[in-house]
Amino acid sequence: MLSSAGFAKTFQYIDLFKQGVVCTVSLSVLTVFFGFIIALFLAILRISKLHPFDYLATAYVEVFRATPMLVQLFIVYYVFFGNVSLPSFKLFGFIRFERFLPGVVALAMNSGAYLSEIIRAGIQSIDVGQTEAARSLGMSSFQTMKSVILPQAVKNILPAIANEFVTIIKESSICYTIGVQDIMYAVSATKGATYRIAEPLVIATLVYFCLTFPTSKIIAYFERRMARADRH
Amino acid sequence: MQTDTKILQVTNLKKHYNGEEIKALDGVSLDINQGDVVVIIGPSGSGKSTFLRSLNLLEQPTSGSIVFEGVDITKKKFTDADGKVKKLNIDDYRKKMGMVFQHFNLFPHMTILKNMTLAPVKVKGMNEEEAKQKALTLLNRVGLGDRADAYPAQLSGGQKQRVAIVRALMMEPAVMLFDEPTSALDPEMVGEVLEVMKELAQTGMTMIIVTHEMGFAREVGKRVIFMDAGKIVEQGGPEDIFANPQNPRLKAFLKKVL
Repeated sequence: MLSSAGFAKTFQYIDLFKQGVVCTVSLSVLTVFFGFIIALFLAILRISKLHPFDYLATAYVEVFRATPMLVQLFIVYYVFFGNVSLPSFKLFGFIRFERFLPGVVALAMNSGAYLSEIIRAGIQSIDVGQTEAARSLGMSSFQTMKSVILPQAVKNILPAIANEFVTIIKESSICYTIGVQDIMYAVSATKGATYRIAEPLVIATLVYFCLTFPTSKIIAYFERRMARADRH
Repeated sequence: MQTDTKILQVTNLKKHYNGEEIKALDGVSLDINQGDVVVIIGPSGSGKSTFLRSLNLLEQPTSGSIVFEGVDITKKKFTDADGKVKKLNIDDYRKKMGMVFQHFNLFPHMTILKNMTLAPVKVKGMNEEEAKQKALTLLNRVGLGDRADAYPAQLSGGQKQRVAIVRALMMEPAVMLFDEPTSALDPEMVGEVLEVMKELAQTGMTMIIVTHEMGFAREVGKRVIFMDAGKIVEQGGPEDIFANPQNPRLKAFLKKVL
């Protein structure tokens, strides 16, 4: 159970938690960034009706949505990167790159599958008249997508993308299993050193909450403001 | 103004859905000359919008040909003036056919000015400043010079449609297609849009207009086409069509709408 002695012991390792926050946030930011690029690519392929690429994109999305994140992470880390010797330098002086990178890749690939569905819905929510107007002015399908459809679609789905960011902050905790030094890694390391588990978990819970709760509140604020701007 | 230079030659155009089950267009042939103002009327579902949208291939026809400036744009390839076979890029022809839609389809995330300059700059490579000046000239012509920096949501329906018309004119099209341009407007705004179209017709612009505004069809149309069930049933000058209709379906239609 919780005890003040337990907290006192845990706080000796508070630097691990601070590092964990840095690691979790960088992991999540990079994941959403690369995930978005993967997702954009997948969504456009799926909408393109360009056989067989649209089928492949669909298969990708279905496989990633239908299998556990942990399995995907292990396949990326042990199989894809199993025989690749990555440079072993340390980001911010402590994050082991050779573990961090596979973590980002696995999370981004997974998040890309989910985000692509959001982007696809966003693109398809734009009235077909917009495409017709742009094409009737002689714009190519690429120009239409870039200048007319995507700017409107992205604005509509920005809240959903931001929510995905919150989800990733939480789900990235899985990466401690491959030795990425995130918040859960700090819990595990503290447990090993102090033989305390409850106190490190309480601290991890608070840290995660402090990361995600304000983020969702900020998103909600911008969502309201954007809705107001639309009304003019 | 009207000459015999053919801009568009449509021959036996068909559009079928579900095999042969639904014949939205059932063999339509029509020649459009330079300076023509052709008004297409007919009951709902008669195929008039489908026909208009086929002209710039927003609808892909099932069969038939559309020859625009000497090239059959329904084909994938064409032979150029030097006799070389080239791949046909529909964008090259669409930019010469302006289109105005029932629901305006302005780009809501751009100002009026940007709506107008986007395609000329991107497609024609027009210089930004030149495009801006041209846009302002056109906006002034339709009485909206002061709304250049507004967004579409800040405009009334009639204003939006006037912008949509001048946006299409920015590309200096050889022909303008109007797909029920006043059908989504409040009644008090119909007049301002028709006025712009009338002025456009007077400049000698070749226009094909699908509309339910019979008064406008009669006044501005040089030729009136009556379509029903995917076919051209009767065509002629506005006086022939409205004062002396021959076909019983046209007679029945006019009785209902006039």
